[in-house]
Amino acid sequence: MGEDVTQVLHPSVTEVVLSCRELTTRQINGRLRELPEGSVVRITEARGTHNLAVGLRHRLDITIEGNAGYYTAGLSDGPDVTVEGSVGWGLAENLMRGVVRVRGNASESAAATAHGGTVIVHGDASSRAGISLKGGTLAVAGDVGHMSGFMAQAGTILVGGDAGHALGDSLYETVIYVGGKVRSLGSDSRVEDLTEADVRRVRGILDIAGRDAGFDHVDPENITRVASAKQLYNFDALKDQRY
Amino acid sequence: MCGIVGIHLKDPSLEPRLGEFLVPMIEDLTGRGPDSAGLALYDRSVPDGSLRWSLRGPDTGCDWSAVATRLGEDIGQPADIKVTADACLLTVKAPAEQVRARLGEIAPQITVVGVGESMTMYKDVGTARQVCDRYGIELAGGYQGVGHTRMATESAVTTRHSHPFSPAPDLALVHNGSFSNHATIRRRLEDRGVGFETDNDSEVAARYIGDRLDLGDSLDDAMRMVLKEFDGFFTLLVASRDEFAVMRDAFACKPLVVAETDAYVAVASEYHALATLPGIDGARVFEPQPEEVHSWVKT
Repeated sequence: MGEDVTQVLHPSVTEVVLSCRELTTRQINGRLRELPEGSVVRITEARGTHNLAVGLRHRLDITIEGNAGYYTAGLSDGPDVTVEGSVGWGLAENLMRGVVRVRGNASESAAATAHGGTVIVHGDASSRAGISLKGGTLAVAGDVGHMSGFMAQAGTILVGGDAGHALGDSLYETVIYVGGKVRSLGSDSRVEDLTEADVRRVRGILDIAGRDAGFDHVDPENITRVASAKQLYNFDALKDQRY
Repeated sequence: MCGIVGIHLKDPSLEPRLGEFLVPMIEDLTGRGPDSAGLALYDRSVPDGSLRWSLRGPDTGCDWSAVATRLGEDIGQPADIKVTADACLLTVKAPAEQVRARLGEIAPQITVVGVGESMTMYKDVGTARQVCDRYGIELAGGYQGVGHTRMATESAVTTRHSHPFSPAPDLALVHNGSFSNHATIRRRLEDRGVGFETDNDSEVAARYIGDRLDLGDSLDDAMRMVLKEFDGFFTLLVASRDEFAVMRDAFACKPLVVAETDAYVAVASEYHALATLPGIDGARVFEPQPEEVHSWVKT
């Protein structure tokens, strides 16, 4: 196991460098877990490695160089993670807290089941983006693929570009905003009128995403709001059942 | 699970390095398919008019020289052989049906893995590393290749059940996923006289595409017909002598990443299998859209 490389960023801040070429994923996640609150970390040579920066419960500032693999920054409750590349399936799955930013594209199921935190994708996200979202925010500057927002229960999805087929199928309380075109709506989702509250909500997300995130083309006052039509909306599977 | 890899070289100067590119790619996906592995490689070394047969002998061994001599005498053409472990590449200038029939009589213990003007095919039980080492894949040259690592879910773990499947000369199919209506389509094809070697669901897709090509479809059209006829999850990679094509099912349930540069098109189930390729940092990397055939034709 190689020693951590540290470099001085500022007299009071040092950056810990962890290389995927030298360390196993288990070792990297173990090192991250042991680092003190507030540490600044750079993960290098990612080359599509799965499960980087997962299951962390304290505040860290993590940057991943290059393209990362599946489940990047998943199951986390605290760190801010920036990927300077693209990521595979299941970005920030079940995120509880923290800002996860991807400067490239995200593959399928980005922010799946996220309970909290903010997931920002500067490029496109693939199919099933925000599937079963439970409270977090997913903001994608580009397009999202088919079945995005499927069965999403709470939280917000902002799509700067176009949405694929069956957007928001079987939606619950999540609201989806789309800057571009919607290829088709899923079962039980519908387009609703935009309110002042919606405009404020979108502005708030854009503020968090920042000016370099690729949302320049999004006009919060001219955006499509998609929400549940509440015809299939039923949390209690046993309600009104006869046996 | 299962893993798929493939590379189609646009830059001819890279052709001597085909095996060198493919071996790390397929080995990287061992985790998606640890029980068997196979590859189809395409090159231009077969003399015009000849066919090269990818053969596999029984575990008890095979006197390949005797088989080649006897075959050559029977059909009046010399048969050239190259033996690696239990595999033999036999090149002979004679119609496929004639050679297949003679081989069946001379050496019924031999399995025909594939045949073609350009394709060689190796597959076996074991990890990708074991299979590549056994057949010396790293040293192989050529202009394209496809590979598969198998985690069997629908049928037995044997060499015959492993991928690629070759339903026609120079045609190779690898599949990640599973088909739920394969038995229905198999019965229909059998009624039309199409033969099968295994009960593997992927073989049904391969034979179906082979049948569509026989009926006059282009490879792209034959693959689109799979979308209409088959129910299930699939990412398919199909290579022919001139073409290299991928397609995902309507739900895109199984992954695939494509990396394209001026020098090559490479595909893999997961990005990290592509990460060792030269120039990957400058490649256009994308996922094929569901229900779209992406194909590249050798010029």
